Amino acid sequence: MNLKTLILATTATAMFAGAAVAKDMTIVSWGGAYSASQNNAYHKPYMEQHPDINIINDESSNEAVAKLRAMNEAGNITWDLVDVVASDAIRLCDEGLAMEINFDEMLAPAPDGTPASEDFGDLIVSDCFIPQIVYSTTFGYRSDVAEWNGKEPQDICAVFDLENFPGKRSLEKRPINNMEWALLCDGVAKDEVYDVLETEEGVNRALAKLDTIKDQVVWWSAGAETPQLLADKEVVIGSTYNGRLFSLIEEQKQPVKMLWDAQVFDLDGWIIPTGLPEDRLQMVKDYLYFATDTQRLADQAKYISYGPARKSSAPLVGKHATLGIDMAPHMPTDPANATNTFLYNYEWWADYRDDLDAKFQAWLTQ
Amino acid sequence: MTDTTANGGPVLTTQDGTPLKVSLARALRREKMRSLVLIAPLLIFILVSFLLPIADMLFRSVENRIVADTLPKTVAALSAWNASSGELPDENVYAALHDDLLIAVDEKSHTRLGSRLNYELSGMSSLFRKTGRRVDRMDEGNYKEQFIKVDKDWGKVETWLFLKRYSPKYTPGYFLNAVDAEYGIEGIKMKPEDERIYLYLFWRTMFLSMVITGSCLLLGYPIAFLLANLPLRYSNLLMILVLLPFWTSLLVRTSAWKVLLQQQGVINDTLVWLGLVSNTDRIVMINNQTGTIIAMTHILLPFMILPLYSVMRTISPSYMRAARSLGATDWTAFWRVYFPQTIPGIGAGAILVFILSIGYYITPELVGGTDGIFISNRIAYHISSSLNWGLAAALGVILLSLVLLLFYVYDKIVGIDNVKLG
Repeated sequence: MNLKTLILATTATAMFAGAAVAKDMTIVSWGGAYSASQNNAYHKPYMEQHPDINIINDESSNEAVAKLRAMNEAGNITWDLVDVVASDAIRLCDEGLAMEINFDEMLAPAPDGTPASEDFGDLIVSDCFIPQIVYSTTFGYRSDVAEWNGKEPQDICAVFDLENFPGKRSLEKRPINNMEWALLCDGVAKDEVYDVLETEEGVNRALAKLDTIKDQVVWWSAGAETPQLLADKEVVIGSTYNGRLFSLIEEQKQPVKMLWDAQVFDLDGWIIPTGLPEDRLQMVKDYLYFATDTQRLADQAKYISYGPARKSSAPLVGKHATLGIDMAPHMPTDPANATNTFLYNYEWWADYRDDLDAKFQAWLTQ
Repeated sequence: MTDTTANGGPVLTTQDGTPLKVSLARALRREKMRSLVLIAPLLIFILVSFLLPIADMLFRSVENRIVADTLPKTVAALSAWNASSGELPDENVYAALHDDLLIAVDEKSHTRLGSRLNYELSGMSSLFRKTGRRVDRMDEGNYKEQFIKVDKDWGKVETWLFLKRYSPKYTPGYFLNAVDAEYGIEGIKMKPEDERIYLYLFWRTMFLSMVITGSCLLLGYPIAFLLANLPLRYSNLLMILVLLPFWTSLLVRTSAWKVLLQQQGVINDTLVWLGLVSNTDRIVMINNQTGTIIAMTHILLPFMILPLYSVMRTISPSYMRAARSLGATDWTAFWRVYFPQTIPGIGAGAILVFILSIGYYITPELVGGTDGIFISNRIAYHISSSLNWGLAAALGVILLSLVLLLFYVYDKIVGIDNVKLG
């Protein structure tokens, strides 16, 4: 065999092998610890079962809504599956950018045979959205603040109490959650919060309450900021996602404690972009059937402290994969933590978000 | 020699008999075509990948086809309705809406329309979603009553007024929003005081960019002077010190400023240690305008230094020597002889820094807190979060025109020919 035929032969084999292996599936998620937990719980076991499929991680969930819209307009969808929060999923569904899901047909039933739609239950907040985890936005506080004279925050209103709990606070730079907390601490009953917030006076009332702490607030826009600010002692109390606080407390051993009071539940999960070609759609459906079953959702909780979205997964939540601690008490849905909770009011915020955001941003710049 | 063809004299020709003028024009045209062909790839590339997308994006600031496309019959029926009568539209309109919605729900375009109209009137999003769920269950006839039963908003004149107002294919709505105005029930007026934000942000973006340009000039001028006048081995080292941060990632530099400036940061710690500041009232230097100005001045400094340096290098030292030998003091020699020659460099540096800073958004977002953010932060918000691309485009058009206007003014005052990059 001369050199030329050898080269030809190897090229041909390589091309053939390449054609057989090259089944890429692009999954978009948030990056960091969250993507790592998905990689461990879903991607790795799936790729072991399906050696012909190669999962590519894209960490673009932050700008997924805008990018999906741009891809749709360009007519070239390069993503196969996208991890988004529920409010984004609702918007994508409204815009026709996410596919509608037939839950019982596309997803695995619970081990006892309960159909998927019942197993997910109330957490199905949109026709296009497969919930994956329940997370919450809640507060963490430093437990070593000298000025607090040994007192520790017991409820959400400690955030607005500069007398007993002086020091800087960090809050998210958007009206969602902050407005609700402000009204709650201004004496509005929990079930009337949104009725009040619908009125002009209600908005002003919430902003007036926030005004009382405005010059003590550091505003964040990325979830990693509050843990950093707490660790640097820049703030004494701050809101962020509960999983971020978990790693600050349990993994980095910072003197920080959780204040679960008035935590706001939110959901994160999958959407399938509309307009996928049939072969890619089948591949995604097969992956989804696997990655959203009861065991897989419970597995994810080994790596990150977010609650699985299926009812049937809850009893299967075990210990952390490397720290070896029980994960159940760190879940936002744990009964001890969930004594006073909100569920993000998707429908309401879809209507009022633009309006309130304008008012909130104007208030911030004043 | 004058043109002889005009007054009937003999025509100059080339050897093959064609008139010289024609032949010359032909040669010139061929020359032009050749250079055009040579630059064509670049020209087409810029057109396709830069100018067209920008034009397309900017066009969105007035485009509003969605209403007429989604509800064609309703829009036609509504044109007969007199909005100022204060009465609801008649049954025809409701029937048309029913027809349109049936199709829209099938295509799932009604929710998209809802989120579009929600930018103008809160509540439209859920109104369309809710109505969409019920519309296929409606009985024939008496649609008006049935729609109002689904949602009482269909019984409000305001809902119909907005629908009629936003039914043309082009709308001034986004531009009005971008200058804090609104097209309400009573017509165009400014938004209430507590909702105005964009005009102020435009002003602040301009003001902070000028401050940043000014501080870059103050800090950059002496450095560029040193770079141009020190012996080579020192100036090379200095040049590396200027370029090293220039090559470092923007995010790294911004985060470094966070570490330095925050209240528990390096600078405050040092000041407390020196006893200049008490531990309880540390200076707030970040998450406000100060933070934005400091961090952005640092980040944009090389863009000021490099053009200044390349202009200063071309200034011959003999001018200064001549001035001094003629009796000028150091200051006079600098101010009357050296400085005027550096103005082209100042012009180039100032334009670069100003135009870069006016569109900055990452650094203000990270260190700007609430009073140090720019208009670009809101544009980014509307592009990626609220999906209100029309408003983002309108804000972009205004920002672009402001820059072009300033560029024009600058050209009138300084003269664009006076700008030199070396």
